[in-house]
Amino acid sequence: MTDDKGIIKEADPAVLHNLLRTMVLIRIFEEKIIEVYPMQDMKTPVHLYIGEEAVAAGVCAHLKKEDYVFTTHRSHGHCLAKGSDPEMLYAEFYGRISGCSKGKGGSMHPVDPENGILGTTAIVGGGIPIAVGTALASRMKKDGRISVTFFGDGASEEGTFHESLNFAALKQLPVVFICENNFSATTSPLSQRQPHENIAKKAGGYGIPGITVDGNNVLDVYDAAKAAVQRARQGKGPTLIECKTYRWKGHVGPDCDHEKGCRPMEDLNKWMKRCPVEMYKDLIINKGLITETDYMNLVKEIDAALDDSLKAAKQHPLPDTKELLKDVYYDKE
Amino acid sequence: MPWTKVYIDKNELKDTLAREGLRGLSYRDALKEAQEQLLRDDESVFLLGEGVDDSGGIFGSTLGLWKEFGKDRVMDIPIAENGLTGVAIGAAIAGMKPVFIHMRMDFLPMCMDQIINHAAKWHYMTGGRVNVPLVIRSIIGRGWGSAAQHSQALHALFMHIPGLKIVVPSTPYDAKGLLIASVRDGNPVMFIEHRWVYDYIGYVPEETYTVPIGKGIVRRPGKDVTIVAISLMVYEAIKAAKTLEKMDIDVEIIDPRTLNPLDEELIIESVKKTGRLVIADVSCKTGGAGAEIACRVAESAFDYLKAPVKRVNFPDTPTPCSPSLEDAYYPDAETLVESVKGLF
Repeated sequence: MTDDKGIIKEADPAVLHNLLRTMVLIRIFEEKIIEVYPMQDMKTPVHLYIGEEAVAAGVCAHLKKEDYVFTTHRSHGHCLAKGSDPEMLYAEFYGRISGCSKGKGGSMHPVDPENGILGTTAIVGGGIPIAVGTALASRMKKDGRISVTFFGDGASEEGTFHESLNFAALKQLPVVFICENNFSATTSPLSQRQPHENIAKKAGGYGIPGITVDGNNVLDVYDAAKAAVQRARQGKGPTLIECKTYRWKGHVGPDCDHEKGCRPMEDLNKWMKRCPVEMYKDLIINKGLITETDYMNLVKEIDAALDDSLKAAKQHPLPDTKELLKDVYYDKE
Repeated sequence: MPWTKVYIDKNELKDTLAREGLRGLSYRDALKEAQEQLLRDDESVFLLGEGVDDSGGIFGSTLGLWKEFGKDRVMDIPIAENGLTGVAIGAAIAGMKPVFIHMRMDFLPMCMDQIINHAAKWHYMTGGRVNVPLVIRSIIGRGWGSAAQHSQALHALFMHIPGLKIVVPSTPYDAKGLLIASVRDGNPVMFIEHRWVYDYIGYVPEETYTVPIGKGIVRRPGKDVTIVAISLMVYEAIKAAKTLEKMDIDVEIIDPRTLNPLDEELIIESVKKTGRLVIADVSCKTGGAGAEIACRVAESAFDYLKAPVKRVNFPDTPTPCSPSLEDAYYPDAETLVESVKGLF
């Protein structure tokens, strides 16, 4: 990654720093989970985002606090990039009452309305039409918000994906579809599920732009998302961005599924050499934006802060069992 | 009271309304008026569904509403039931109050993922931080060979899902009042209508009012046997009660109006008084609403029962087409009379 397409010259340095900060935050946040998971007290299935950080960071850099984001079972990266408090997330994963979903959702169902995350579904493709719905609401209320929905390559096989693109295109809604194509659905390879691997092409059938980017190159993602977000804000309708990337860990849990023979080890090695964090860090050091020491300090600072978040989260109380029957229904009283 | 009584005899109804100076309205028009008032009073309300703005207007229940409120608020949609349910959920959690309308209840299985996995769970999964004010109207069809995929009643499937409310209005008064209550409720509400009551007339006030969700009603007081009648079966039960009266059997008819939450207290109190229970429903028997009601009575009022609990339902088969098979398929007042007689 040497070519920055002139973005570094153009962009606000604070934004460029933040891209790195967000990716480092996500990476270390996930690594802490890997560390504590064997203790068996974080009782929630975790779907780790390691390897895909550039997508969440590059897209969310363009979003306002009030813009809506819909994530998936692999939710952590998007929430952090959108501004969620790590302690509130960790508390949720530990099933604490202070967790973002009061311990009723876990890792697959974070919520953070203040940051535009109105809830998270773990059903593949389930969140895509819901994001189109929030975009419809924004259109009706003229509130100027846009909606972004992240989903994987598997979701692009679901009916909801196609139904959503059709409707969003029909109504020219302010929504951006971000497909994180990591080439696998759990362990099923894309080649066994789809006739070709260019998911962005599906946009053509609905008459909307479909763009493929290197999902490990945060500036590529940033650049494509910038145009898509602008289109949405200007009322010009939806865009589909396919970010080709790779998940380093197994579908669920902290282990490396390559060791179990789920995916070829050479693929992992190839993609690890293209680590989104390392590539971007090296680029901006080369461009003189930061020094190696700045980077080390950033890592140290985030690591210490996340240690504190994790420790604090664990100390919060579990929900009282009276909570079990609460919140099934909304009660306006 | 004219708003609780169900009239079978149209002349009797006409006379009563005229005598008391009250307005009669069909079930169809009551629904339309409710939606018209909701659209007018609350700009977050909008209707969406296949054909809501067409010349049929969902059997007349949304006919012409688009003229006043425009096609953004009375919105025709692509034939994509599950996706559009998701869209409606998204709009709902972002502060709108969508009413998603299906001409046939048989189309709801297309939406099961969004209804069951999403709408029903959202409030709980988010620890109560985000609610889903979504109403899904659907209509149970019947007759003229509508057959297996255009005449199902699937309310029992939804009763099994925590997080959904289920209403089954049988009268014009309840159709309007429950629809307004459902839209204002703040939860996902399955609003289940029956095509055969669309022409039935009853007293409907002109002003906006609500009928509380979760409250059943005694349609006819009686002392010998309780019939819990759901939807269209309320009318069959009233006819049956007239026949049974001549046999000195005094029937109490309960219209639960809501199946979730169920007005268990009303049903239990009635069974404690009569000691006999028949549940009449517009759907297949196995795993139906009647099974749930019977079980709750067994749990809470077993000692009061003088006879076994009976259910009057469709047989456990898909709906057939041929008139002879259709006739045999649907239970009516006579079926109910026979069922009740068997308890004495």
